[in-house]
Amino acid sequence: MQIKEFTKGLIKENPTFVQLLGMCPTLAVTTSVSNGIGMGLSATAVLVASNVVISLCRKFIPNKIRIASYIVIIAAFVSAIEMLLKAYLPEISKSLGLFIPLIVVNCIILARAEAFASKNTVGNSALDGLGIGLGFTAALTIISAIREVLGNGTFLGIALFGEKFAPATILILPPGAFIVLGLLIGAINLIRAKNEKGGADK
Amino acid sequence: MSLFIELVLLSLSTILVNNFVLVKFLGICPFLGVSKKVSTALGMSLAVTFVMTVASACTYLVQAFLLEPFGIEYMQTVAFILVIAVLVQFVEMVIQKFSPALYNALGIYLPLITTNCAVLGVALLNVQEGYDFIHSVVFGFSGGLSFMLGIVLFAGVRERLETADIPKALQGFPIALITAGLIAMAFLGFSGMKF
Repeated sequence: MQIKEFTKGLIKENPTFVQLLGMCPTLAVTTSVSNGIGMGLSATAVLVASNVVISLCRKFIPNKIRIASYIVIIAAFVSAIEMLLKAYLPEISKSLGLFIPLIVVNCIILARAEAFASKNTVGNSALDGLGIGLGFTAALTIISAIREVLGNGTFLGIALFGEKFAPATILILPPGAFIVLGLLIGAINLIRAKNEKGGADK
Repeated sequence: MSLFIELVLLSLSTILVNNFVLVKFLGICPFLGVSKKVSTALGMSLAVTFVMTVASACTYLVQAFLLEPFGIEYMQTVAFILVIAVLVQFVEMVIQKFSPALYNALGIYLPLITTNCAVLGVALLNVQEGYDFIHSVVFGFSGGLSFMLGIVLFAGVRERLETADIPKALQGFPIALITAGLIAMAFLGFSGMKF
């Protein structure tokens, strides 16, 4: 087991900001921090479980039907998570709604299955899933924090500003999702370009 | 007659007020991925519309005659994704056999449709909203049209962006997202309409 399989997912290969995968849930559920964290952790759980199982089965799955097999494995775990959320966290389950079953078609999970779990050992696959999943959760938390604080004036439902604060409601409406994510990725590109330039000068 | 009016209203509200891509965020991956040219966007959205319509019909039948009678609704996600995967494979084979020209045009997009969340989304929404067979099919078809409207409009703007002078950090993906945000803002104008 190598710890770098875990850490690479957090920043260097962050699924949202660097690989630009899994955009549907990223844009749709980040209206509040609790939704963002809930979605991120559910996807992480599915990702770790499916990575482990796919890695275990990687020697038996025929190459031709591997994608279909991966989808069935992922769908099984998604159904389990869906039922768990419904039973223990009905609030989160209600507000995420459709996007919980849609984790099945989240490209991050299929991409990790195809690019990593199908070629690596169980331990490394679990670490990879955990790292990428937490990277996804962190990204969702950042986006939803910006949208909730500026768009609704709250953080995790707690009002942050006085009554005179007029929130920019547009940020929690659909256009805000696109614009916040676009500007964030732009800012990250700027920082990365500066870092690379700095590195070249040395 | 009243059924006809109801279906037209359902279709209009799906296309304009609750646009699949710009308001519900379903099918964002192809929306951002294959929208660089209007012609490819159109081809992709035609294939998606077709699959969404047929998938709505098939998943309705699976739900009504398989999952509900046996009380295994918890298998919904697994069953639906399998139906969609088989359907996409089938559509691919049929198109390849009967219209090689269309197959060449759509070829690479077809397998991608399986993981298009708009297709699974429409199947799950049909069940959630309790639509009957006709409503499901109309909802699936207009969902496809709303995807087409969104992606073709977006591709039109993106073709112009190619030649625009954009700050370096925003080039490519970020400016595409901001553009999509502005289009979504325009679509907010429809949200006052009640059908």
